[in-house]
Amino acid sequence: MIGRLLIVASLWLTPVLALDPGEALSDGALETRARALSQELRCLVCQNQSIDDSDAPLARDLRQMVRLRLVAGDSDAQIRAAVVERYGEFALFRPRLASHTAPLWAMPIVILLLGGFFGFRLMRQNTSTPPQ
Amino acid sequence: MIAELGHFVLVLALVVALAQALVPLVFLRHEAGSETALSFATRAAYLQALLIAVSFAALTYAFVRSDFSLMVVFANSHAAKPMIYKIAGVWGNHEGSMLLWTLILAAYGAAFARTAKNLPARFSSYVMLTQGLLGSAFLSFLLFTSNPFARLLPAPFAGQGLTPILQDPALAAHPPLLYAGYVGFSMSFAFAIAALATAGEPQDGRDNNWARWMRPWILTAWIFLTLGIALGSYWAYYELGWGGFWFWDPVENASLMPWLAGTALLHSALVAETRDTLKRWTLLLAIVTFALSLSGTFLVRSGVLTSVHAFANDPERGIYILAILVGFTAGALALYAYRLPKLAPDGAFQPISREGLLLANNIFLATATVTVFVGTIYPLVLDGLGMGKISVGAPYFNAVFAPLAVPFAILLPLGPLLTWRQGHLAPLRAYLAMGAVAALLLTAILVLLRGAASIMVLALFAASFWLVLGANLDLCRKLSPHRAKLWRFWTLPSSAFSAPLAHGGLGVLMLGILAATQWREEIVVAASPGQEIDIASITLRYDGLREIDGPNYRAEQARLTYMTGQHAGRYLFPERRFYEAERSQTTEAAITTDLTGHLYAVVGETANDKRVLRIWYHPYVAFIWLGAVLMAAGGGFGLRTRLRRRA
Repeated sequence: MIGRLLIVASLWLTPVLALDPGEALSDGALETRARALSQELRCLVCQNQSIDDSDAPLARDLRQMVRLRLVAGDSDAQIRAAVVERYGEFALFRPRLASHTAPLWAMPIVILLLGGFFGFRLMRQNTSTPPQ
Repeated sequence: MIAELGHFVLVLALVVALAQALVPLVFLRHEAGSETALSFATRAAYLQALLIAVSFAALTYAFVRSDFSLMVVFANSHAAKPMIYKIAGVWGNHEGSMLLWTLILAAYGAAFARTAKNLPARFSSYVMLTQGLLGSAFLSFLLFTSNPFARLLPAPFAGQGLTPILQDPALAAHPPLLYAGYVGFSMSFAFAIAALATAGEPQDGRDNNWARWMRPWILTAWIFLTLGIALGSYWAYYELGWGGFWFWDPVENASLMPWLAGTALLHSALVAETRDTLKRWTLLLAIVTFALSLSGTFLVRSGVLTSVHAFANDPERGIYILAILVGFTAGALALYAYRLPKLAPDGAFQPISREGLLLANNIFLATATVTVFVGTIYPLVLDGLGMGKISVGAPYFNAVFAPLAVPFAILLPLGPLLTWRQGHLAPLRAYLAMGAVAALLLTAILVLLRGAASIMVLALFAASFWLVLGANLDLCRKLSPHRAKLWRFWTLPSSAFSAPLAHGGLGVLMLGILAATQWREEIVVAASPGQEIDIASITLRYDGLREIDGPNYRAEQARLTYMTGQHAGRYLFPERRFYEAERSQTTEAAITTDLTGHLYAVVGETANDKRVLRIWYHPYVAFIWLGAVLMAAGGGFGLRTRLRRRA
């Protein structure tokens, strides 16, 4: 009875449960890369989860695709490119550096430099005034 | 009847808040009217708080009695719910949480009214009329767009219940703490307005040292916000089912932004108070911090941040929210621009001095705030401009924050060690060298024990160790003349503990994050009863599953037995709960809490007559929240110093 209720329930709200048994690759180094990549890829049907954190069927498919390609010898960049080709840039949690994302990546450096500049000016301006 | 009373007093509260905002303005037109303005505003503030408290009590009563003729109670409660969730459920929905917001705002107003006489009457009046203006805005938002007392007739027999994920003891504390933080920054905002309005005027022959008056309120808000965010993170950690503690989710970012800006404000106000410099920056920060608090609560509440379409769902609320946010921010900034010339010029500055390092601290914190802000809204803006859909998530923020955190952590302990005006590093050389060598040694030991890691991770580890040790150098230095008498530790003034605790707490928090993300272990198995599972040198045995009944849910409960280690013979009971009224389920992880690490077990679905078990080992993860509590404690010591000095 409760099993059936739970099936009904899971249609309403799926809790976060990643990775199924047997999904992981036996090659430790490849599996580490797979996990790192999975955390950078967005589950497109979820609220704000990576495919590593989600148990949605789409996320599972993507995890399998990542692992198949890793075994086939693809590089991380090739896999990311393949995902973007199929699902668009929305699928990347770490946006690639391009003209439309340049402000995003440059902003922290710009603010830090601006802060440094104004801070430096404040000190010079004040040290040049004679102390009372 | 009680509900109508609640609604009625809320309308009265709006009238009182309007009077609190407008009447003092009339008296303040003449110098002689300051005292009258203050005594009027004080009474209005008390009355407003009382009325909102009555209204809040009326709504609580409706939730406790499960009065489903009220729309919010029907939509968010259920008669079978345990009492604690009926009460906490008052703020587990939009309308109720907004009422809690106004209640806290009015409580801050009343708390200020108690001490308002200690400050110049004109200044205090401006603070209180700003509070009145804020109160009017939020009360009218409540009454016109989010009335918690709206009736539903005929009353239904059963409520729709509260989202099960919210049915947790943390619901009782997390929103009130967070709101006490957000709303607390309304005080520094009001002080900034008062400082601008009275700029250049002598205040009853006293110095207009608004930065000193503002500090205890900033500290109070900061402590609450720190604890609120930490509790929210811990709640997500144990409830969401795999042990993540921070997701860089827009909703979390909305709370992190005022925290970062508020932390900067805390430190710049210290400079403004003692050294008569950075005053303009401090005022700007006070305005920005509250603006971020407002966008934090309200944009999350209206759903703009999680989904752009939420605006369209309820345009009335969204536009009202935007109007409040833009109105207060733009108004304050206009006043700022207009009054800026009246502010006294900033005083002299040396790079190697306490104020120099506090300035550096502010530059880093401002960069962090802007990074979170841009990262959160960039995808929305890009999408709005039709330039494509992108995602900005955890990997982006981690990539930007890691290189910022290293120099920040290295500079942090130096501030309290240097003197104001002109500091000297030379006499500190021995202490600093000791701290640096110890931090590098500890990092080297880690590499030996745990193996190599990336340069960035090692730099972060070293910087965190340095921060924990360096933060306590100041304490060591103060104690060293009394080396023979360690009990002197207890006789140091509470101000001596403030920075070491807060800065050291950040170091502990960073170590927790690093350890938990670098050394996390995970195992996923389909187990049949009797099967043994090994993780992190612990052996567990899966014993099987049983069904149990909770107060308003039913659950499948698995049992795991510790076969080895210090917990041998103890059980773990992870559950999957099914809530009938709400027709949804939650996973309840079973967690063994040790300071050195958490074992985190979750029971999953059935797979070929076996049961999927997911087990994690999260090393030193408790350090994250321990660090946050230490930071708040540091704030507490700072506040204690303040209140004593005033008494």
